[in-house]
Amino acid sequence: MEWKKERIRNFCIIAHIDHGKSTLADRLLEYTGALHSREMADQVLDRMDLERERGITIKMQAVRLQYQAGDRLEYQLNLIDTPGHVDFSYEVSRSLAACEGALLVVDAAQGIEAQTLANVYLALEHNLEIIPVINKIDLPSADPDEVKKEIEDVIGLDSADAVLASAKNGIGIKEILEKIVEIIPPPSRPADTPLRALIFDSHYDPYKGVIAYIRVMGGSVRTGMRVRMMATGKEFEVNEVGIFKPSLTSIDALHAGEVGFIAASIKNVQDCQVGDTVTAAAKPAVEPLPGYRRATPMVYCGLYTADTVDYGDLREAMEKLSLNDSSLIYEPETSEALGFGFRCGFLGLLHMEIIQERLEREYGLSLITTAPNVVYRVTTTEGKVLLIENPSKMPPAVEMEMIEEPYVTATIMAPKDYVGAVMELCQERRCIFSNMEYMGLHRVMLTYDMPLSEIIYDFFDQLKSRTKGYASLDYEVTGYRQSDLVKLDILIAGEALDALSIIVHKDNAYYRGRQLVERLRSLIPRHLFEVPIQASIGNKVIARETVKAVRKDVLAKCYGGDISRKRKLLEKQKEGKKRMKQVGSVEIPQEAFMAVLGLGEV
Amino acid sequence: MSIGLYIHVPFCIKKCLYCDFTSYLLDNEAVRNYLVFLIKEINLYGSSLADEDKIITSIFFGGGTPTTLLVPSFKMILTAVRSSFLVSPGCEITVEANPGTINGAGLTGLRELGVNRLSIGVQSFQDRLLQVLGRTHSGDQAIEAVQLARKAGFDNLNLDFIFGIPGQTNYDWRETLQQAVEIAPEHIAAYGLQLEEGTPLEQTVRRGAISSCPEEMEAEMYQDAIVFLTTQGYNHYEISNFAQPGRECAHNLIYWLNRPYLGLGPAAHSLIKGVRFANDISLDGYCDHLSRKEYPIGHSTHITPADEMSETMFLGLRLTAGVDLNQFYQRFGRRAEEVYGSAIADLDGKGLLEISRGRLHLTAKGLPLANVVFREFI
Repeated sequence: MEWKKERIRNFCIIAHIDHGKSTLADRLLEYTGALHSREMADQVLDRMDLERERGITIKMQAVRLQYQAGDRLEYQLNLIDTPGHVDFSYEVSRSLAACEGALLVVDAAQGIEAQTLANVYLALEHNLEIIPVINKIDLPSADPDEVKKEIEDVIGLDSADAVLASAKNGIGIKEILEKIVEIIPPPSRPADTPLRALIFDSHYDPYKGVIAYIRVMGGSVRTGMRVRMMATGKEFEVNEVGIFKPSLTSIDALHAGEVGFIAASIKNVQDCQVGDTVTAAAKPAVEPLPGYRRATPMVYCGLYTADTVDYGDLREAMEKLSLNDSSLIYEPETSEALGFGFRCGFLGLLHMEIIQERLEREYGLSLITTAPNVVYRVTTTEGKVLLIENPSKMPPAVEMEMIEEPYVTATIMAPKDYVGAVMELCQERRCIFSNMEYMGLHRVMLTYDMPLSEIIYDFFDQLKSRTKGYASLDYEVTGYRQSDLVKLDILIAGEALDALSIIVHKDNAYYRGRQLVERLRSLIPRHLFEVPIQASIGNKVIARETVKAVRKDVLAKCYGGDISRKRKLLEKQKEGKKRMKQVGSVEIPQEAFMAVLGLGEV
Repeated sequence: MSIGLYIHVPFCIKKCLYCDFTSYLLDNEAVRNYLVFLIKEINLYGSSLADEDKIITSIFFGGGTPTTLLVPSFKMILTAVRSSFLVSPGCEITVEANPGTINGAGLTGLRELGVNRLSIGVQSFQDRLLQVLGRTHSGDQAIEAVQLARKAGFDNLNLDFIFGIPGQTNYDWRETLQQAVEIAPEHIAAYGLQLEEGTPLEQTVRRGAISSCPEEMEAEMYQDAIVFLTTQGYNHYEISNFAQPGRECAHNLIYWLNRPYLGLGPAAHSLIKGVRFANDISLDGYCDHLSRKEYPIGHSTHITPADEMSETMFLGLRLTAGVDLNQFYQRFGRRAEEVYGSAIADLDGKGLLEISRGRLHLTAKGLPLANVVFREFI
């Protein structure tokens, strides 16, 4: 059956982590009977275990709800889930583009957070109707009036009609559904145009190939149709069209205004890019939908296996993961110290951590990860412009005319008592102050221009710990700026370890080098010989530490013939040794390669 | 094949702060219970082992603190042992003793029961270090204990010492060694302190209330002990053990030569016919098993030929004389130089191990780094 456009509502939920988005989504599903509570594993939309553990949504999901509203009419509500983390703001913008409205969920006790604000602005840019929902009103610390005021002051939204809700206890769910019907406009009625459908997500199914999640903007798509991806130019024959209920359910066709999926035996997720436009091959649209861009990785790191024989397994795992994640970029890399591995590009730090964790958890790999770095832009003395994704590939200083690094505009929100602490941290991190604004009575929004490399260097953890977890951070890459940067090399037992090279600002080089060698000294076990650890810039050693030689390693006593215990101890020692990376004659533990990140802990 | 007999006495007056071995506070009823079931265990093995497996060449009472038992208890135990096993003539019978828990009459009693070797836990002659360790006795009491033992007729004494105690100086250690040699025991054991996880001492160190002995200093103390004791006529025959000629501990040699032994009492370990097994570590569990006429075994492991070879290596290398390569060949039908060829070559190259006169042994450099060597034979 073809739905009347007037009865379709496409919406998403904008919320900060922990403000209750997933719980609210579950309640909406439950209330509309899309799922019965007993069939629901908690929080259906967060499908990956990792997401559930971290309480965040990484991979977007979508679901169609059927709701009989107060006017006794049946409505089709399409809930499009959005990831709630700064790394995935492009994905968020694509799912916003697939909607006409959004629920803005704000925790009644916490107020608006930086990430929420960024997403609300994005939603406003897409002309979405926004329904404020103040969640967790049953908490003792809830202050809905203050939150309403914040919404009005900061976002400029009329919050008089904000729904007061508690997703956890099912309060306000019906009101939310009624507001969706009442306030969010139906999809605009398109003229009889050729097919244009926006891909807002995809996942890989081993039997059906890539499943593209689409919002049909104009025309319709049905089984058997030949479609073209407008950015890549690839053509496929659609062999399944369907909707999310939330499990995939086949239907005949998707029409303008509707949300669903298509499968077309697409083998490569790269052929089905988020943001791309699907059109009919026979009668293609002239213009694609606006807003498409290729995902650009912001953060790179090297991934290696602890044991070089596992390289094949790592390659296989990367291939499988990238099937489902078109923003994961990787290419083979060889490190003198670590052997064969991959240089991988990620959307951000969280994305990186997720991939690392999945490789270890789902594929049982023991990984060595080098410290993450941004992409530097180098202009050589010959006038060539190079993009450097790996610090060890940085040309010698004499061959470089200029180095530029990516800068971001960072927005930090924090209770006003922590402004001093935030400013202090920012001063340590080469941040350039640009603005400070009060949001309501108690909270402040600070805006800084800063190098992205400072953000990926432990900034978020520091921010959290210095504000007792109250601050939130959002950032947007603004472009490249010239910086006075140098390459800091680490030499262990006289040999430079490429995997430990980092790019630092000249003013911080001495300090970082000092910290790094100290930390390495505490991480590298004693050997039969002394192991000198040096930090150098060019040929100049700026810091040195020595791991003393082992002097005594012997178990004195054999308690009453307990040989098994001795054996176990020796086995444990041997196992520990095996997990280390042998570089020349020195054995280096895996943590050492991330040492540069944990400098705060020295 | 003859075996060594180990008897675990799991009672102490007070547990030392560094000890993580099974022991209970002395309690008369628990001791009575223990004795009843220990005798049952002795009888159980007496009735199940074949005669040729019952030949005992050494008996070792370890603890805990064996000298918390009274002489009649030792008499009961030894009588049961003698009736269930074949105790060979000249059998070494050692009792571990705490200087705080012995007296002249008791020692004379032990001597009369055939106990011919006493191992006294002196640990240190400095009272402040004894306090750190949580020992119940003083340095003077230890000297007195030795005199009492001599008076009771013991002509084979071992004294245990510990180095690397938090707060111990090189001077403290040399002074202790000097005093030890003046008492002239036949055997001296010098152990580096092991901070076992979960012991009160380890927790104190972890809290930072006292600091552990630096590795360099411990290595120096170990070196001092070796140099000093060997010049004083003691043969350094095992990593931590020194003996006057002919006074090596027969019982401990069984462990190092990877030969069979039977452990009785809770938490005691055994190696019999290619199986390593350990008794239930709790006294209650131990007694429960025996009350049901079962072996009181907590867990056991079958030793594969590969395990046995590896254990023969890493135990045998504890002896300064090392592993006799011909004996290894006779025992396993394979040559150690083949089985462990690359490990031996590598460690030889590092100067930790060498072969001389048909024996593979640690070098002077290898002794304090023995674990580095042993790991390669796992």
